[in-house]
Amino acid sequence: MHPVRKRRLMIVLFIVLFSSVAVGLVVYGLSGNINLFYPPAEVVAGKAPVGQSIRVGGMVVDGSIQRASDSLRVAFELTDYSGTVPVVYEGILPDLFDEGQGAVAAGQLDANGVLQATEILAKHDENYMPPEVAEALEASGKAPPGAGSGS
Amino acid sequence: MNWQFDSLAALMQMDGHGAFVWSAYGITALVLAILLVAPLNRRKRLLSEIRGEQRRQKAAEEAHASRS
Amino acid sequence: MWSFFHKLGSPPWLYGISGSILRWLLPASIVALLAGLAWVLLVVPPDFRQGNSYRIMYIHVPTAVVSMAGYYVMAIAGAIHLIWKMKMADVAMKCAAPIGAALTFLALVTGAIWGKPTWGTWWVWDARITSVLVLLFLYLGVIALYEAFDNKEAASRACAVLSLVGMVNIPIIYKSVDWWYSLHQPASIKFTSESTMDASMLYPLLYMIIVFYALYTCLLLLNMRAELLDRERSKGWVRALLKGSR
Repeated sequence: MHPVRKRRLMIVLFIVLFSSVAVGLVVYGLSGNINLFYPPAEVVAGKAPVGQSIRVGGMVVDGSIQRASDSLRVAFELTDYSGTVPVVYEGILPDLFDEGQGAVAAGQLDANGVLQATEILAKHDENYMPPEVAEALEASGKAPPGAGSGS
Repeated sequence: MNWQFDSLAALMQMDGHGAFVWSAYGITALVLAILLVAPLNRRKRLLSEIRGEQRRQKAAEEAHASRS
Repeated sequence: MWSFFHKLGSPPWLYGISGSILRWLLPASIVALLAGLAWVLLVVPPDFRQGNSYRIMYIHVPTAVVSMAGYYVMAIAGAIHLIWKMKMADVAMKCAAPIGAALTFLALVTGAIWGKPTWGTWWVWDARITSVLVLLFLYLGVIALYEAFDNKEAASRACAVLSLVGMVNIPIIYKSVDWWYSLHQPASIKFTSESTMDASMLYPLLYMIIVFYALYTCLLLLNMRAELLDRERSKGWVRALLKGSR
């Protein structure tokens, strides 16, 4: 083949391959997010599939975190103030995971409506402040920053 | 001045988050350096290339002129 | 007014004025960057919740913001050349692509590094991260597409079209955290209400964004100057330039 045309062919193939991979990744990524994320209200209403990998996101209910003393097993509840989903997980939790904070649990719903989580991610809100300012806010009786301030 | 870290070690450590912070800043510094140096080098290379072309062209013109 | 655009279309004029601008803007931007780095690494307090890992924000947010603005630079420059056949606009479009790609790459990498200690993961396919990845692919696509054509006029047209088609991605990135449930939180810098960031952290952030805009301008001008020399090497003004300088 003529060398110039061969070079063009290579470039065209590269572009085709590259854009296919790009579009493929996007489709893969979006399918993981849009189809499979469920707010607690929908899970409670029975709209989430059982036995399939899904993600549930919401706020960790105050006082709901129970940790086992002899393992990394932990149980807690996620809520969107409309429905509440119990979650069970075994593993290390992110540093920012806490009661009154946002979290996303990925896993499968079992027959009892409990999410058997394989991954827990912490979600934080858009408030940023130094520790002293946060302490002052708490001391003055205003809501502790981050808790219940939206997900 | 409100220095947040009292020692170089503390600055590197960043209360346990040192590896994250410094790798992020490090890769940024590297990429920015490349972005700044590349066009400067290209310009230098082009100028010497063009100068070379000019010399060759001038020599060819003179050779041609001396022949006629 | 018209004469300004006419001048803008003149390679020697642009080469000259960009040189004058860079002579002070480049050192000023670098000094401003170093001062900013010292500020955000040594002086700004940690976050009450994230601790020191949030300092990555001072790189992550500026690179993300400028990568998006830079995309508009590339697309609009491409459109100007497409419509008015202004060569300088074409030069700007070509030069804006690799700079934008590098900044988008930095936004993604610093974001991933920041995500690990805060969210607990290096990567998640949420709406914002996915759309920024699309932005990176668009930039890389423009670069690749330009090289694919031997005929540079055709290359410019194709790249301008691709850039314009991709423009819709920018508002998607911006609104993604509001439109879809995402791990990424909503914006802290608000334009119509009070920002949700303490002043001691907000001002350094705004400063770093301005510094990165200045750096972007320097990088674009530096690349355009080199590109101009390459394209115009046989022209009289380049010869005159060489006679005058080193």
